[in-house]
Amino acid sequence: MGNVIGIGAAPKRKEDQRFLTGRGNYVSDIKRPGMTSGVFVRSPHGHAVLRGIDKSAALASPGVTAVLTGDDVADDGLGSLPCGWGITDAKGVPMKEPPFPMLAQDKVRFVGDMVAFVIAETPEQANAAAELLKVDYEVLPSVVGVLEAVRPDAPQLFDDVPNNICCDWELGDKAAVETAFKKAAHVAKLSLVNNRLIGNPMEPRAAIAEYEPGTDRFTLWTTSQFPHVVRFLMGALVLNIPQHKLRVVAPDVGGGFGVKQFHYGEEAVITWAAKRVRRPVKWVASRSEGYVSDRHGRDHVTEAELALDETGKFLAFRVNTLANMGGYLSTFGPNIPTNLYGPLLGGVYTTPAIYCNVKVVFTNTVPVDAYRGAGRPEATFVLERIVDVAASEMGIDRVEIRRRNMIPKEAYPYQTPVLVQYDSGDPMGCLDGALVAADVKNFGVRKAASASKGKFRGLGYSTYVEACGLAPSRFAGRLGARGGLYESATVRVHPTGQVTVMIGTHNHGQGHETTFAQIVSDKLGVAFENVDIVFGDTDRVQFGMGTYGSRSLVVGGAALSKATDKVIVKGKKIAAHLLEASEGDIQFEAGKFSVAGTDRIKTFEEIAGAAYVPHNYPLEVLEPGLEEQAYYDPVNFTYPGGCHIAEVEVDPETGTVTLVNYTAVDDVGTVINPMIVEGQLHGGIVQGVGQALFENAVYDEGSGQLLSGSLMDYCMPRADHLPMMKVATHSTLCTHTPMGVKGCGEVGTIGSPAAVINAVVDALSHLGVTHVDMPATPNRIWRLLQNASLPVAAE
Amino acid sequence: MKPFAYHQPDQIPDAAKLLTSIEDSKLVAGGMTLIPTLKQRLANPPALVDLSKLGSLKGITDDGATITIGAMTPHAVVAASKVVQAKIPGLAALASMIGDPAVRSRGTIGGSVANNDPAADYPAGVLGLGATVITSAREIAADKFFLGLFETALEPGEIITAIRFPVPLKAGYAKFKAPASRYALVGVFVAKITDGVRVAVTGAGPGVFRVPPMEAALSGNFDPSAIAAIKIDNDGLTSDIHAEADYRAHLVTVMAKRAVDAALS
Repeated sequence: MGNVIGIGAAPKRKEDQRFLTGRGNYVSDIKRPGMTSGVFVRSPHGHAVLRGIDKSAALASPGVTAVLTGDDVADDGLGSLPCGWGITDAKGVPMKEPPFPMLAQDKVRFVGDMVAFVIAETPEQANAAAELLKVDYEVLPSVVGVLEAVRPDAPQLFDDVPNNICCDWELGDKAAVETAFKKAAHVAKLSLVNNRLIGNPMEPRAAIAEYEPGTDRFTLWTTSQFPHVVRFLMGALVLNIPQHKLRVVAPDVGGGFGVKQFHYGEEAVITWAAKRVRRPVKWVASRSEGYVSDRHGRDHVTEAELALDETGKFLAFRVNTLANMGGYLSTFGPNIPTNLYGPLLGGVYTTPAIYCNVKVVFTNTVPVDAYRGAGRPEATFVLERIVDVAASEMGIDRVEIRRRNMIPKEAYPYQTPVLVQYDSGDPMGCLDGALVAADVKNFGVRKAASASKGKFRGLGYSTYVEACGLAPSRFAGRLGARGGLYESATVRVHPTGQVTVMIGTHNHGQGHETTFAQIVSDKLGVAFENVDIVFGDTDRVQFGMGTYGSRSLVVGGAALSKATDKVIVKGKKIAAHLLEASEGDIQFEAGKFSVAGTDRIKTFEEIAGAAYVPHNYPLEVLEPGLEEQAYYDPVNFTYPGGCHIAEVEVDPETGTVTLVNYTAVDDVGTVINPMIVEGQLHGGIVQGVGQALFENAVYDEGSGQLLSGSLMDYCMPRADHLPMMKVATHSTLCTHTPMGVKGCGEVGTIGSPAAVINAVVDALSHLGVTHVDMPATPNRIWRLLQNASLPVAAE
Repeated sequence: MKPFAYHQPDQIPDAAKLLTSIEDSKLVAGGMTLIPTLKQRLANPPALVDLSKLGSLKGITDDGATITIGAMTPHAVVAASKVVQAKIPGLAALASMIGDPAVRSRGTIGGSVANNDPAADYPAGVLGLGATVITSAREIAADKFFLGLFETALEPGEIITAIRFPVPLKAGYAKFKAPASRYALVGVFVAKITDGVRVAVTGAGPGVFRVPPMEAALSGNFDPSAIAAIKIDNDGLTSDIHAEADYRAHLVTVMAKRAVDAALS
C-alpha cells in the first residue's frame, strides 16, 4: 500500500506517467467508426461583403459528403455564438452586441472568419474540395487598430455600432479624481501600448462530433478548458440541443492559456454537421489556422496620469484605454478589458481615488478574449510603469516611492476605491524578500561590469497584486456575468477505500491530478496512489465551470475540500454506530476513526466497506454508500501578488535586450505542491517575458492581413532567451478560502512584463529614454537609441 | 499535402533525366523548405526526385588548397567536421548556426545553395569565400551563381553535386538571428584569401551580396576598426515587421565587424 502524500509535499506528477510516455489521449488521437473529415474555408480578407458562394465544384469533388455555409445555418434557424458577459456604459446602456454567426452571413469581419465547412471522407479530399469552393467577396477596407477604428471616417464593421464602439465603460469616482489632480504637486503622464498576443498552446484546437440517431444524443470531443460551459452555451443557446442529449468531452488537452476557454463556432458547426451527415465529423486545426482563429489577447492603447503630493504619495490615478475586441464579441471578450482591468488599477497602493474609462472597440481582427492573466497584466503594466515614471520625474528612488504608497500588512482587509476588497497580503514583505534574493545591493557592481563590456545594465521592479479565483457569482452578476462561477466536486469512496474524484475544473497541464489527489490524501488519510481525479466529461462529472482565471485550486479545490469534509462527517456517523459510541465522541485523524480517549478504532477502509455492505449499519437514519458532493461559490476573489525583479543587459550596438537575472517572491497563499507552484510561476513568468521582449501580433492596416501568422514570424520565448530564475513564495493565508489558497496560475504573467520593461527603461535612462513599448525588440531599442543619442551628444 | 510521385534514383544522370522529363518536378535535398511548402499546399509538384540515395553527393574532401563538400552533406556533418573546423572554422561555425538540430541533421548544403533563400546562411559562406558550385554539367563561380531572390544560375535539369571552397587565410561569420525564425536577419561572412578580402551579406536584402568598400578597407587593414565607419545604403534592403531597412543596414556594419573579430580569434 502506498503512502499518504499530503499538502505541502512535492510528489512527481501523476499525469506525467502518460504524458511522458506518449500515452495521453488527445482529441486528434480519437478515431470513431465511419468518421469523416471537415475543413473550414476561411475568409482571406479582413473585411468584405459575402456576395455569394458557389458550392457546385466543391460538392462534385471526390469524396465530398457535404458543404455547409451560413445560408444553411440560417435555414436551420440556429442561434448566434453567445457572449457570456453583458457590460453597460456609465449611463447603464447595454453594450452593442451584434450577432456572431457560426458561419459568416452577409459579411466577413476578419481574416480567418469562417465562411464554409467542407466534409469529405479524408482530410486530403476535404482540403482539395475546399480549394474548389467559389466565394464571391466584395472587398472592403479593413481597420485593425483601435485608434484608427474610432475615427469618424473609419470603416464600420456593423451598421448599428457607430464608430465601432461596443461600449464606453467606466469605473471609479471621476469627480474625486479631478479634484485630487487639482491639488497635485506633480502629475506623471504615460502613453503606452499593450501589445496583442497569440496564445499558441502546443496542441492546436480540434473537435470531433457524433450523433446517435437511436438515442438522439450528440457527443462532442473538443479541446476545451470548460466542457460543461460548452455544453450549456452551445446546446442551450446555439444549437437548441437539450442538455441531457448532449455530452461534451474534453480529454487530454495540450495547453490552454485561455485560448481554449471559449465556445468556438467550430464546435457548433461540427456538432450540427454530424447530425446532418449522420456520421462522425473530425476537424483538427493546423498551426496556421490557429493563428487566424484562436482568440487573441491584450491589444490596448492607454493614456494614464498619476497625481502625487510633494512627498510622492499617490493622490489619484486616471486611465483612459481603447481596448480591441476584434471582429465579434467572444465568450468573455468585453469582460476582460473592463471588469478584470479597472478593479486592479489600485495595485498594492493606497491611492485614494481612481477613475478608469475603457472604450471597447470592434476591428477587423480575430476576436480578442482572455489570455493568461486577462486584463490584470494590462492593469499591472500601466500602474507599475507609471510609478517608475513618477519616481524618475520626482527624483525619488523607485523602491522608496513604492514603500511610501504600499498598503501595510496591518491594513488588510483593504477596501480599494475600485470595487475590490483585498482580504490579505504583505506586499512589503514580498518586496523585502525579493530585494535580498535579487542581490540588489550589489547591482552597481554588476552594472559596472556590463559597462566595461560596452553594455547597459538595468534593474526593474514590479510590485503587484491580482484578482483571481474567478469568481463570486453574486459579485460577478452585478458586473454583467450571465452565468455562475462556482465549482463542484464529487468524492466517491469505493467499497475498498480507494477514491475517485469528479471535478468540474479541467487539467490541461496544471498538474490537477496531483494537487487534488494530495488534498484528498491529506484529508482522508488514504494513499496518494489510491486517489484518481476525473474531469473533462459532462457524462462523468456532475457539473463545472472549468479552468481559467487561476480558479481551479481556489474554487474547485474548495469544493473538493468541502465534499471531502462531508465524507468525514458521514464516516463519523458510521463509525459511531460500529464503535457503539456517540457521534460527538468520534475523532478522525490519519485515516482512522476512533472514540476519543479510547483505543477503539475503525480504519477508513473498514468504514467504506461498511457503507457498501450495510449489514451492521444504521439504515434507519443513514443511507448506504460513501459518496459526497459539494458546490462552492467563493465569497470574494483571492488576491495573490508579490514582487518581481528583472535584470537586463542591453547591447547598444544591436539593440538586443538580454534578460540576465529574474527574481520573483510571490504570495500565493497556502502551497499544496511547491514543485507545481514553482512550475506555474516559471511558465507564467516566461509568458510575461515573451510579451515584454518577443511576442507581437501584427496586422496590416487596410488589408487586415495578419503579418505575424506563423512561428517563423511570431516569436515565442525559448529556453535560450531565459536565465535560471529565482522563485520563492512569501505567503499570507487567504482568509476566505477553505485551505487559505490564493491561486498561482497567472501571477507570473501578470507581474513580469512591467518588471522587464522597467529594467529596460532603467538600462537606457541615462540616455533620456523614459518609456519602451512592448515588445522591446532589437529594432525598437536601436531606434530609441538613435533618437536618444542626439540630445546626449549635444550635451 | 497533395499527391505526387516519389523517385529515389541512385545515379546522377537518372536524377537529371527525371527532373527534365517530368515537368514541374522538384528535387529533394533535405526538403527543409520544400516539405513545409507541400504541407501548406502552396506547391503541387507532380513528382519529387529525392537525392538522398546518391552516395557520391555526400562527404567532405580535403584537397589541400581547397575543401570540397558534397551537395547532400547535412549541416550538422559540416559543423562537426574536423577538417572544416581546422581549415575553414568560419564555415563550420556558419553550419552550426543554421536552424535547429533537426534542420541541421536533415538540411544539406546543396539544398540550401540551390534554394538561395535571401536569409539563408550558406550563400554568405559560398560567396564570401569565393567558392565554386560544381554541378552535373559544369562549374560555376559563386559570383556568377546567386542571381537574386531564390534565383540562381542553375539551368533546368542541372543538379549541384558539390561546393569547392578555397582554404582562406582567415574567415569568420557573424549572424544576427531573426528572433522567431532564426534565419539571418543579417549575416556577414568575411574571408581573407591570398588575393584580397571578400565580404558577403545575407538576410539584409533580396539576395546575398558583396560589400566592395568593406573589402577594400579590410584588404588594407584586416581589423574591425577599418570598417566601423563604413555605412551601407538602405536602398534595396529588406524592410519587414522584424527589422526596418536602416536597421538592417546598421547591422551589416556591426555584423561585419564581429565577423572580422571571429576571423581573428
